[in-house]
Amino acid sequence: MFVLVEMVDTVRIPPWQFERKLNDSIAEELNKKLANKVVYNVGLCICLYDITKLEDAYVFPGDGASHTKVHFRYVVFHPFLDEILIGVIKGCSPDGVHVSLGFFDDILIPPESLQQPAKFDEAEQVWVWEYETEEGAHDLYMDTGEEIRFRVVDESFVDTSPTGPSSAEASTSSEEAPKKEAPYTLVGSISEPGLGLLSWWTSS
Amino acid sequence: MEVKDANAALLSNYEVFQLLTDLKEQRKESGKNKHSSGQQNLNMIMYETMKYLSKTPCRHQSPEILREFLIAMKSHRLTKAEKLQLLNHRPMTAVEIQLMVEESEERLTEEQIEDLLQTVTSILPGDPEAEQKPE
Repeated sequence: MFVLVEMVDTVRIPPWQFERKLNDSIAEELNKKLANKVVYNVGLCICLYDITKLEDAYVFPGDGASHTKVHFRYVVFHPFLDEILIGVIKGCSPDGVHVSLGFFDDILIPPESLQQPAKFDEAEQVWVWEYETEEGAHDLYMDTGEEIRFRVVDESFVDTSPTGPSSAEASTSSEEAPKKEAPYTLVGSISEPGLGLLSWWTSS
Repeated sequence: MEVKDANAALLSNYEVFQLLTDLKEQRKESGKNKHSSGQQNLNMIMYETMKYLSKTPCRHQSPEILREFLIAMKSHRLTKAEKLQLLNHRPMTAVEIQLMVEESEERLTEEQIEDLLQTVTSILPGDPEAEQKPE
């Protein structure tokens, strides 16, 4: 689920923090910059693991702050393909089942990857697995708040950095609010034996 | 900012849980500026991740248990990713093993699966409340 990512960055320490130990200031700045943020094609950054190398700190003319090039390792949430994860169902919509891990919410299980046959109950807005046995069909509901085991089948990164002023003319004419796209989304699947709500597979 | 290696190492849930616990202790001791706006993101992600991880089997693990587990797993010839999943999830049924180990029907016989389950449940501690249920 978590990987260690080696990164290099230049950290700016303002003069009023010079009394603090350099390592502490740098750790704080790095966490302020990266914690809980998605880095494109890398994953969701959690927290700093360690600082591997500190190069010399420079002060540039016109700016009293020190700039230090830092080599460090960061803990990043980036599940590998086909990894099994356990999350909580946040809700269902016609697009599929939305799952959350608490710290990461953008996980979708599309209708084709649910245990088949599945149907969407419009009245209760919930997906249902129509499980057939000799006695007849059982309707297994995928309710909000239930724990669910799923396999990661796909991930997608979207670059959400702001676009330049050239596109501003087109957008000011229409009044739609800017669409918020999640920078990092996972697509899951539960179409295998053992996957789905934990309560479906616990032996009683 | 430059990413030198996006996959330098895999971390088990236990290692991340330990790191966050230590970081939380450290921040509690230094106390002053945890609530400044810049630290909100770190606070939030730490809280949520710890909340998630404390509900997984990793909260009962320790470095010695991890070492013992990896030594015991050597004989089963599993890939790193498969061992990591077994460590993070502590499967208790054969169905779960089949999900985590690729092509388990071809690589492991039923006896080997049972053996694997035994190793996993004996070395990795489970939830003490759940296991006090009368058999």
